Amino acid sequence: MSMNNQGRPSAIPAGAASFDGVTGTVTGNRGLQIEEPLIFEQDSAGRTGVDLPDVPKVASRLGAVKPRARVGLPGLAEPQVVRHYTRLSQKNYAIDSGFYPLGSCTMKHNPRLNEKMARLPGFSDVHPMQPVSTVQGALELMDQLAYWLKTLTGMAAVTLAPAAGAHGEMCGIMAIRSAHEAKGDSGRTKILVPESAHGTNPATAAACGYSVDAIPATADGRVDLEALKAKLGPDVAGLMLTNPNTCGLFERDIIAIAEAVHAAGAYFYCDGANFNAIVGRVRPADLGIDVMHINLHKTFSTPHGGGGPGSGPVVFAESLAPYIPVPYVTHGKDGFALVETAGEGPAFGRMKAFHGQMGMFVRALSYMLSHGADGLWQASGDAVLNANYVMARLDDVMTASFEGPCMHECLFDDRFLKGTGVTTLDMAKALIDEGFHPMTMYFPLVVHGALLIEPTETESKASLDQFVDALRALAERAKSGDVAYFQAAPRLTPRRRLDETAAARKPVLRWTPPVPAEALAAE
Amino acid sequence: MTKKFTKDHEWVQVDGDVATVGVTDFAQSQLGDVVFVELPDAGRVLEKGKEAAVVESVKAASDVYAPVSGTVVEANQALVDDPSMVNSAAEGDGWFFKLQLKDASELDGLMDEAAYKAFVEESH
Amino acid sequence: MRYLPLTEADRQSMLEAIRATSVEDLFRDVPKAARLAGPIGGLPNHMGELEVERLLGSMAAKNVPAGSVPSFLGAGAYRHHVPATVDHLVQRGEFLTAYTPYQPEVSQGTLQVLFEFQTQVALLTGMDVANASMYDGATSCAEAVMMANRVTRRKKAILSGGLHSHYRDVTTTDARFIGFEAVALPAAPTGGEDLLALVDDKTACVVVQNPDVFGHVRDYTDLAAACQAKGALLIVVVTEALSLGLLTPPGDMGADIVAAEGQSFGNALNFGGPYVGLFAVKDKYVRQMPGRLCGETVDADGRRGFVLTLSTREQHIRREKATSNICTNSGLCALAFSIHVSLLGEAGITQLAQLNHAKAVQMADKLAAVPGVEVLNDGFFNEFTVKLPKPAAAVVEELAKRRILGGVPVSRLYPGEMEDLLLVAVTETNTDADMDAFAAALSEVLA
Repeated sequence: MSMNNQGRPSAIPAGAASFDGVTGTVTGNRGLQIEEPLIFEQDSAGRTGVDLPDVPKVASRLGAVKPRARVGLPGLAEPQVVRHYTRLSQKNYAIDSGFYPLGSCTMKHNPRLNEKMARLPGFSDVHPMQPVSTVQGALELMDQLAYWLKTLTGMAAVTLAPAAGAHGEMCGIMAIRSAHEAKGDSGRTKILVPESAHGTNPATAAACGYSVDAIPATADGRVDLEALKAKLGPDVAGLMLTNPNTCGLFERDIIAIAEAVHAAGAYFYCDGANFNAIVGRVRPADLGIDVMHINLHKTFSTPHGGGGPGSGPVVFAESLAPYIPVPYVTHGKDGFALVETAGEGPAFGRMKAFHGQMGMFVRALSYMLSHGADGLWQASGDAVLNANYVMARLDDVMTASFEGPCMHECLFDDRFLKGTGVTTLDMAKALIDEGFHPMTMYFPLVVHGALLIEPTETESKASLDQFVDALRALAERAKSGDVAYFQAAPRLTPRRRLDETAAARKPVLRWTPPVPAEALAAE
Repeated sequence: MTKKFTKDHEWVQVDGDVATVGVTDFAQSQLGDVVFVELPDAGRVLEKGKEAAVVESVKAASDVYAPVSGTVVEANQALVDDPSMVNSAAEGDGWFFKLQLKDASELDGLMDEAAYKAFVEESH
Repeated sequence: MRYLPLTEADRQSMLEAIRATSVEDLFRDVPKAARLAGPIGGLPNHMGELEVERLLGSMAAKNVPAGSVPSFLGAGAYRHHVPATVDHLVQRGEFLTAYTPYQPEVSQGTLQVLFEFQTQVALLTGMDVANASMYDGATSCAEAVMMANRVTRRKKAILSGGLHSHYRDVTTTDARFIGFEAVALPAAPTGGEDLLALVDDKTACVVVQNPDVFGHVRDYTDLAAACQAKGALLIVVVTEALSLGLLTPPGDMGADIVAAEGQSFGNALNFGGPYVGLFAVKDKYVRQMPGRLCGETVDADGRRGFVLTLSTREQHIRREKATSNICTNSGLCALAFSIHVSLLGEAGITQLAQLNHAKAVQMADKLAAVPGVEVLNDGFFNEFTVKLPKPAAAVVEELAKRRILGGVPVSRLYPGEMEDLLLVAVTETNTDADMDAFAAALSEVLA
């Protein structure tokens, strides 16, 4: 079998003995930490949190279908609903609460001005299918955002359609395939992807009908140029590369890489997840990149919202500019217009209903205007400075995987834990008790037990120092042999380690209404 | 017949012309708690070295390759109902599937128990 | 700069710790020719809140908000009243600025919300289980077709002519690249399709929409049974999620997969996004579902908690063999959906759905009374198709000049086709005065 050695213990370790930090309260609550049942467990039949006008007395005209009997939803009044969600929110860690050093996620501060701008009725209360004459301001905003993205990347064209980064990757690969097909070049069946790539890269390539071939890394964490050249050939459609790469390093040979890819008749796709390191300082077009997606929810601060929504615009060099999907904004003497159907042109089709994640466009443009060229220059500089500072201050107690300088994130592996019995996972759980969200763990796969730290530019030096001091102390504690401490962590959180094995073996993915007593008696 | 082992951590035991296939104890220890297995249907034709089954733990999904070629005669339903058997009895009741052997000579290239143990120690 | 806390003193002290001479020094791996000498040209310098508000405010003022005039726009996005509570709660920093719940011990808020959302979607659609959301209804539809391909190991999808044209286009785009066949039937404004005749042993799935893009409401129970008899899956698409509050849900009709748009609950129109895709399936297909899933479990102290589960299907584990390449879900939009549905409750959702339908009936009757106008639907939920004596696109432009957003011309979704047809949607936000104004203006424009 293929030995994917990222498998790690998911049941609760034996050392995590039951810890009752509070001598039983009647409610199970702990001061501000409230135990909150499911909303379905708080039902009161007939209650509602909304007052609606009476339904006019008209005969139903539903047609072929009967009205349904009941949905089965619980009824609560507004105060109960507010309390429910407020209590749930208090169980979450968030950027607003503290340092969130997730590598490759760019957890920077989410400015509240952006929220206010997105909620202007002129942006939020416009329907995508209104006559174009009534939404000129919305199209202008999209056009402005497109201008900023093209200028920052040096690229010729952009699509705002994709809903998230992975969606943007799919768009870029579809464009590459369309370009090859337009040239009649159908023998190109492979996409090359570094071993260190994020999982979306090979998944996307496969989703677009390509097979995937992995390129190994060199000892200094970068793509092996010679290995790449050996794999380039007439059957290769493109290379997908992240730069800076997932180890937090700038691909020094990138210009030679681009030249090799182009010489072989292939296209160069860049995964822009790590654009924060170079935004406003380096233009991807100058590196030879043909197409790149940008994560507005990373580099441009649109909020992560517990997992989404994102937005993944894609920029294109001249060579691929004709192959953008619909819809896109055009600007003529009559104002702005929207091209919505692929028609006979080279646009390869449609990525989603309507025009893209407009709510995220407003937020991103608000961020860009707030920072400006000088602010973005400073932001990327501070992001890189912060990561290098963290790396320098941890270098002696933890094992950095590669020599510096790093870019906006620094990578460690678990060699420093060897022989201690403490794993990367245990370190992360102990960090939670210290009041931090852990860094990205076990990614990238090219080192063992990876710990990837991305501070971002919105952290103060004091915040970084506190984090570093905590990590240093934990590293020392691990080396001193206190395994039990780590295996019992976290102790201080609303829930302790959860049994992910049980969750996967017998999935319970929803609340189910209890069987009524009469039905049980009837059985 | 004694068990034979592959470099990909599968084991195979032959009885007449039926081969029973599973993953090794070392493999299950590396995987962690197994939560799901995807087994081939009876009648499926398998090729030596190609994918035959999938074993999933919480954080990883690994392909299981056919150590020898043949046609599947039976998949271990008990494993589908209780995937934890891969962890508790990898080299016994945790077998994955049985197949009708196509070419017994394919067994010659596989390792015996001693050779497999040495292989595991060397590379891990 | 207000978002950047480092001071010059900080930077100096940090550079010393790193043993670097300058920040530029840290960029030495970047090829010299590609390093810009200073802030990029062609863009303005930073602005304070005041200036940003002024700039963006003036852009926003060039748009006509749908709520400022009588609006009857549907075609896959619906203007509903979102209670004030929803927007307050989603802006709590612990929801707004949290990440994907990969560390469940400090993410029980997000996780419990997802578990409740999954339950709400399952209840609304009448299905066994739902995921934690997709990007939108159209990508949900395309993913449903890909899932049907995996489950049946067949490659042909039949798309009803009642499926929204954008949903059709996203699916056919994916079909071309991923390598399956999508047979899209011609648009069917008056029904009359024989989908069953096209189902053979190469068919993976049939995709229908209910209510369909023209507003017709149908019972697909017989079609579901017939598809399944031939080993194909029935996928039902729903673009107006509120309809699930009144109509027999797809699950009760025997649908295998429901792919829907959840925007109607909790989410503003936002010019097309972000929206929230719903995805629900029968129990037996759970492991073939794309997207995130939240499951129930217990923690080290035996207390109930929630975690992301079955993630081995997803891109970060299976990589090229994943069920989908999707990474994010539509987290905050799913939260907004969930809060709105919680506020409505059983009583509220039923009443709201009935209110929408009753108003739509009233509007249909008022429009039918306008000379030259014909309502094509015998039955509908809150959206119907109207046939006009003049091209609908021009009529809509004229109505816009009279400050009425009078529906979506069908030709906008189907260029060059059905130019005399108009889609009209009515919701609880439309008053009697709105409806009378629309009918009067239409009468004027058509005279």
